[in-house]
Amino acid sequence: MIPASFAYARPTTVDEALQAIAAGGEDVKIMAGGQSLIPVMRLRLAAPETVVDLTKVTELRGVREDGDSLVIGAMTTHSDILRDPLVARYGKLIAEATETVADPAVRHRGTFGGALAHADPAGDLPAVALALDAEFVIAGPGGARRSVPASAFFVDYLTTALEEGELLVEVRVPKLGEGWGVRYEKFNRVAQAWSIVAVAAAVRREGSTIAEARIGLTNMGSTPLRATATEQALVGADVSLETVTAAAAQAAEGTEPSSDLNAQADYRQHLARVLTGRAVRAAAGL
Amino acid sequence: MTQINVRVDGASYSDDVEPRTLLVHYLREQLGKVGTVVGCDTSNCGACTVHLDGESVKSCTVLAVQADGSEVTTIEGIAEGGELHPMQKAFHEKHGLQCGYCTPGMIMASIDLLKNNPDPSESEIREGIEGNLCRCTGYVNIVRAVQQAAGEMSSTAGAQA
Repeated sequence: MIPASFAYARPTTVDEALQAIAAGGEDVKIMAGGQSLIPVMRLRLAAPETVVDLTKVTELRGVREDGDSLVIGAMTTHSDILRDPLVARYGKLIAEATETVADPAVRHRGTFGGALAHADPAGDLPAVALALDAEFVIAGPGGARRSVPASAFFVDYLTTALEEGELLVEVRVPKLGEGWGVRYEKFNRVAQAWSIVAVAAAVRREGSTIAEARIGLTNMGSTPLRATATEQALVGADVSLETVTAAAAQAAEGTEPSSDLNAQADYRQHLARVLTGRAVRAAAGL
Repeated sequence: MTQINVRVDGASYSDDVEPRTLLVHYLREQLGKVGTVVGCDTSNCGACTVHLDGESVKSCTVLAVQADGSEVTTIEGIAEGGELHPMQKAFHEKHGLQCGYCTPGMIMASIDLLKNNPDPSESEIREGIEGNLCRCTGYVNIVRAVQQAAGEMSSTAGAQA
């Protein structure tokens, strides 16, 4: 299958991209790496009138630091992320999750911003962005920028706070430095498959106590979720197998995962509890 | 139609393509580079893997227009002076194939793997080619071929150094 015909724009700057999006008619799709968009266009599940291809918008690619944040350009590829020294130092949870995305060839093309804007609940990066309280910097028509917290960015299945005419420019992620341990635990059955369930955990220890815990759940609902009850149970608790096991038992509270060919909802909830236990144990150094 | 300028296997091309043309179809149908095959058509199997600016990509999931200004290397462009690339030679000698359909993509993915990791362990090889499916061999001889090529390519690099 090949995609249906579309008008094609190849901007080289964010301003040109915003103009192309504004001029693209009723049904515009923004293409980042295309690793999700091209397959759905080939299957004719999407047949946009206009595709705005960001390949040549080089200002959107790269990682920099700004105070306490890592700032990741939306067009930074998964491979770029895995090679980046700043990510290796301050964004280990992002690197761990990115390493599990698809396969090497897809990671050469697929982008950080594209994966987040696509907002597939089985995608690995949304739960990481949510767990880390990332901020999404969005450019609107005319170039005005606004910032949306991860807690408000993921709205529903494949749906984000991005409005018509807007473009995700960069994502600001708080640095995790000394004292933080992280782990991304992903459960799937075959190579390059999507997560059936996955858990992103970041834990900061102060001596033998857990001072902060951030836990994101992948594919446990129509959006990524935080395991809030588990987080609350962990904060201030001793670092021990008993406390972590008890806290992880609450990981599926408030979740409504779907049932499909891979897993029934109750099995997904079981996985969330088991994987949360594994992820928190590893992140806490147990 | 949109104009693209690309280098493919060392030769320059300037062509008008429909924006919806997939890179693999441009390579096969417009340039005649039929060594690169279409397998699953859904971005899973990796049979269509080529190098775009030196990195492996699934050419069924790249638009030809996205390759504008880039360098593409296909399975047809890796032999030098009539000599098979060490990876091609290793797949031949270790019989890393049965039907051979996945082989062009396997070889391109494996070359990319060794570029990033010249001395991979068996599990690193298996992970490195996880985007490429072979439905015949069970991968045993494919892994052996990559190991042989890794040894040969690192000793050649050492001899040149």
